[in-house]
Formats: sequence, C-alpha cells, structure tokens
Amino acid sequence: MTDAVTEAPKPITSRSDPRFEVTLYAHVGAPGSHTLAYYRAHGGYDAARKALGMTPAEVVDEVKASGLRGRGGAGFPTGVKWSFMPPVDGRQRFLVCNADESEPGSFKDRYLLEDDPHQLIEGMLIGGWAIQATLGVVYVRGEYHHAHERLRVALDEARAEGILGTGVLGSDFDFDLILHRGAGAYICGEETSLMNSFEGLRATPRLKPPFPAQAGVYGLPSTINNVESFCAAVHIVARGAAWHAAMGTDDSKGMKLYQVSGPVRRPGVYEMPMGARFRELIFDLAGGPSERAKAIIPGGSSTPMLPWSDATLDLPMDYGTMAKHNSMLGTGGVIVIPEQKCIVDAIYNLVRFYGHESCGKCTPCREGVATWLPKMYRKLLAGQGTRDDLAVMEDMVKNMRGTAFCPLADACAMPVQASFRHFRHEYEHLADTGTSRYPRRREWAE
Amino acid sequence: MSTSRGHELPTVTPFFADKQDLLARILSRYPDYGRRSAVMPLLWEVQRAERHVSRARVDEIAEILGLHATEVKGVMSFYSTYHEHPVGAYHLQVCRTLSCSLAGADELAAFLEEELDLVNGETDAEGRFSLQFVECLGSCGTAPVLQVNDSYFERVSRSRCRALLDAMRRDALPAPTVERGGDNEVVRVEGADRSATGEAGEGDRA
Ligand SMILES: Cc1cc2nc3c(=O)[nH]c(=O)nc-3n(C[C@H](O)[C@H](O)[C@H](O)COP(=O)(O)O)c2cc1C
Ligand code: SF4
Ligand code: FES
Repeated sequence: MTDAVTEAPKPITSRSDPRFEVTLYAHVGAPGSHTLAYYRAHGGYDAARKALGMTPAEVVDEVKASGLRGRGGAGFPTGVKWSFMPPVDGRQRFLVCNADESEPGSFKDRYLLEDDPHQLIEGMLIGGWAIQATLGVVYVRGEYHHAHERLRVALDEARAEGILGTGVLGSDFDFDLILHRGAGAYICGEETSLMNSFEGLRATPRLKPPFPAQAGVYGLPSTINNVESFCAAVHIVARGAAWHAAMGTDDSKGMKLYQVSGPVRRPGVYEMPMGARFRELIFDLAGGPSERAKAIIPGGSSTPMLPWSDATLDLPMDYGTMAKHNSMLGTGGVIVIPEQKCIVDAIYNLVRFYGHESCGKCTPCREGVATWLPKMYRKLLAGQGTRDDLAVMEDMVKNMRGTAFCPLADACAMPVQASFRHFRHEYEHLADTGTSRYPRRREWAE
Repeated sequence: MSTSRGHELPTVTPFFADKQDLLARILSRYPDYGRRSAVMPLLWEVQRAERHVSRARVDEIAEILGLHATEVKGVMSFYSTYHEHPVGAYHLQVCRTLSCSLAGADELAAFLEEELDLVNGETDAEGRFSLQFVECLGSCGTAPVLQVNDSYFERVSRSRCRALLDAMRRDALPAPTVERGGDNEVVRVEGADRSATGEAGEGDRA
C-alpha cells in the first residue's frame, strides 16, 4: 500500500459514520421526509421561530459570523450578500432561490428539493425575515418535475398551517413564495438570466451593476441564493454561528454536500465538513474508483480538472485550496475520469454542452463556445486535426477568458485549458496519429 | 393544426376557454406588475396538454398577457422543452453529458435511435415515441438517466432500457423508482487500499 497520508484522517460524514452528525442531508431518502408532519416531528420550523424572535440585523450578523459561503458555485459570503440590501423604503423586496441546478456533475439540490422541501421553505423564511422581503421566488428547473410537485404540496401545507402567508408562525411578518418552473436552459442558473426568465423575457444575462440588491426581480431589490445555502441557514440559526464556524477550514466553514459521479462504486451525495479530502469522499464514502482513474473534476463541469494522484487525493476540498491549485470548489460535484477515457473526447463532451447552452448574446461565446471550438474538437476527434489546430484552439480559449458578457464562456474555457495543461500528450497523440490514445469502448452496463 | 404561414382559422377553440380557473390560478401567482411572468407556465400547460405549442396558442397566450406574438415566440424558442411540432405520447429524453456518457449514455442513445428508428429530435409517424438528446439532468450519480415525459428513470442499463421500451409499447410504463445512491446505500469498506495507484475494483456499479 502506497498510501501517502500520514496524519490521522479527519472525521468524515455520512449517516453510517458515527463520528459525524449529518444535518442538511439527514432526512434525504427517509420515507415521508417531504411531509410537514415528518419535518415538524424532527424539529421543523423551530429555527424560523427563533429567527423571528431576533432582529433581522441579528440574523444577518449570525449568518455572517457563521462563515457560510454561497453553495451555488461562486462561494460569495451569504451574510455579506444579505447585508447589501438597501434600507427598507416601502418597495416590494424579493428573496429568490436558485433551484435551477444544471451544472454537469451537480445533483445535490434535487435531493434536497425532493426529500426535504420544508427545509428549503424554512431557510427562505429565515432569509426573507433577514432581508425584510415579503415575497420569495423558487425557480426550479423544468426537468425537476418531481421536485416541483413536492415543493408545490409543501407550500400548500405550509400555507394551510400558517407557516406562509400573513403573519407567519404567529408573528406579524408576512411572507409567501412563488413557485416558478424553468424550461430547459442552463443559462437560467446565472442569477440575472434567471430573473429575466422569471419575468417572462428571454433568459439572457443582464449587465452588472446594477446588482440584484439594487435592481433584481422586476427591477426591485432582490437577493438570490442557492438551495443548499438556504438549507444551511436553518442549521446556523438553530445551532448558532459558532457551531457552523467550528467546522471546516480557514476560508471555508460549515458542512457541504459533495457529490461524486463517474466510475466509483457508490456514486452519490455525501455531506462532509468543508475541507474534507478527495480521498475521504472518493474512497471512504464512495467506495473507491471501480476502474483506474486519471483525473478529477472537483466541482462541476466548469471547474478545471486535477490529475489523479496521491497529492491531489490529499487536498482538502475547500475554496482556498482549490484556487491555489488553479481550480475551483464550484458546486462540489466531483467527477472521476477513468484512465481509459480519451480526455479530448471527455472535454469535447463538455464543450458541446456549453456550446448548446450558450445564449448567443455575445460574440466570444457565440463564435467561440457555440461554433468554432466544438468544430475544432470534432475535426480533431475525426482524425483530421494538426498541431497547428491545437495552437488555434489554445489561442481561442485564451481569448474567451474574461472577454464575454457572462461567466459561461469562462466556464467552457477553463476545463479546456486545464485539459491542455495536464493531458497535452493526448491532444498531440490525436493530432499526430489521427487516432485517440484511448479509443472508445463499451461503457454501458448490460 | 396550424400551417407554417399565417394565422390560425378563427374557429379553433382557445385552449384556456374552458380552463378559466386554471388560468386565473396561474395569473394570480404573480403580482399585477409581473403579469408577464405567466408566459412560461402558460406555455407549459399547452405543451403538456397538446405536446406542442402551435401558432394559434402562441397568439392566444400573447393576447392573454397583452404581449406581441413575437415576444411569446421569442421566449418559447429560447427553451428546449417547448416544441413547435408535437412530441410523442412517450417523449424520451436522454442525457449525454459527461457523467452519463461515462456510464454508457452514448450507447444508450444509439440503442434508442436504432430501436425506435428515430434520430435526435424526431417523432414517429404514429405520434407514439419521440427522442431528444438533452444535457445534464441533475442525475449524474445515478447515470445514465432516461427521462420519459416527466419521470426520471435512472441507472438505465441495457436490460432496463429494453424492459422500459417493452412496457411503453404495452402502455404499461411503471412508476419510476426513487434512486438516491450514495449515503443511502453506504457500507463502509474497511482496510481497503486508498492510494491513487491502488488496484481498482471490478466495476461493481449498481
Ligand atoms: C452560467 C452559470 C450557471 C449557474 N448555474 C447555477 C445553478 O444552476 N444553481 C445555482 O445555485 N447557481 C448557479 N450559478 C450561480 C448564480 O449566478 C448565483 O451566483 C448563485 O445562485 C448565488 O447563490 P449562492 O450565493 O447561494 O451561491 C450559475 C452561474 C453561472 C454564471
Ligand atoms: S457568455 Fe455566452 S451565455 Fe453568457 S451572455 Fe455571452 S453568449 Fe450568453
Ligand atoms: S451528466 Fe447526465 S444527469 Fe448529469
């Protein structure tokens, strides 16, 4: 055994692991967990009651002190975002939940929505009180039909029980949620596109500034957060900021829903403290790779891949460490790439995805992501590419960085650049010989 | 059916004519100044009921919301789930994005093309099956995934796929099972080799 870890492994989380108490994900998969009766029987809405007994500023401060950073991908501090809302001035204010989850490799929000919709409602209630918004929007991607149904029923239950509506939970705070369904477009996950989509416009991004706090939904002050961020707020209020801040690493606090897909024995969602290591996730929880691996995509398709090595496996999965290694934590959606998969083919798959999802608003993305880059990949994979083409591709992605209207073009360019950085030899082999170093093989289970 | 040019004959019954309650419920969800937000839910209702959104329905929705037909059409064409032409009674959507591809989605897609004699985007002559290749459905941990109408069927192996097709042909599609993977199925493997160079397993994925 060539295991290079010397220090004792940090506690890991999983419901089968007695060393850690799972919070966010505790009830996913439990029969009946989506009902109000179940949720109440497990302490449901106690945190919201507690928050309503605090001042909005105290709730914001609590979330600030907890160190929670947004779980939608960018990792912006949640409490700080909440404090950006302008003073109450009589205009309608909105709290928006981004439940559009569509970054390849990410599937945590779906399980929360389907199996614990009241946890999200409670989190939004807390957020709504904190920013003094009386209306919220839950934007669920169109394909999440089951999640939409579960939420619809949960919202009705909550309204019937006075948890939503006028004077929630016996307080004098009014709060209600609008459930809105997307219709199949990745770009709706970008917060300003989501707002356009919600307003019944084409879902192209808006120029920032103004930021949502100044002009969000219908041009009114708005705050938008990811599903997991709201769910985390429930536990922060329930247990206190110090409890949350005690978990994790310097710049990444609390618990995180990591996801793992690709050839591992038990792919799925695992709750761990921030900064858990790839090795703990992939081996201890997911049972290890089911075939030899060569790379890890750490946090959803747009995050640059890392080579599979003991050094990588020992990295803590947190914001700072991933940044230091030229990657990102993103959504925490880990994809394991097997040795036998052609990297050029794997990255083409992602380029095709981004090309399909480009909204067409700006030139670097429309021409680069949606048109020329996929063409170059197809040429290369068809055995018609040359080394000059590789240079053109690299130049093209370089020019896509930071030049587009929204981060989607970067999201496409970054994984391409990382694949050149770590697997240039596979590109060159393909350009030189016209054949892939790892030809396609059968992957489909009988 | 609408023709490719011009407007619908005025005799077509409006979709929402006998669904005023539904219409009122949808419109009441949004603030008065945000009436336009109802465009997606209205398109959705039509798509689900008629399996496509015809030109006449676009006009109708535009009129309800006080918009131009081109504005509604502009929204409609932005998304992949509203269709100009009817999809099948069984609309099959296959995710081909990376995690699914690593689990055989390309073969799954090819298998469906062959079995149904359809290419991506087509509906068969009887209007029974249609096939659409889509991007990540948020089911990467239980890949590959096949979405049939509103339901996800996960970990679709070749035999599972065959069984599903047979069931659809008999109009006896089973309810999807809820698959969670991960923590819900965890059994800890003690003392296993956890190194990057360790022997990989046999590929015993469910
Ligand atoms: C192209 C693109 C797609 C995105 N998709 C999502 C998404 O599906 N879900 C999500 O929560 N955030 C997504 N985001 C991030 C959102 O813009 C936003 O930062 C996030 O919802 C804020 O919530 P948080 O602060 O709680 O993370 C996306 C961003 C970009 C640029
Ligand atoms: S980068 Fe792409 S997705 Fe973003 S605005 Fe430009 S074209 Fe649209
Ligand atoms: S890659 Fe297919 S569901 Fe995510």
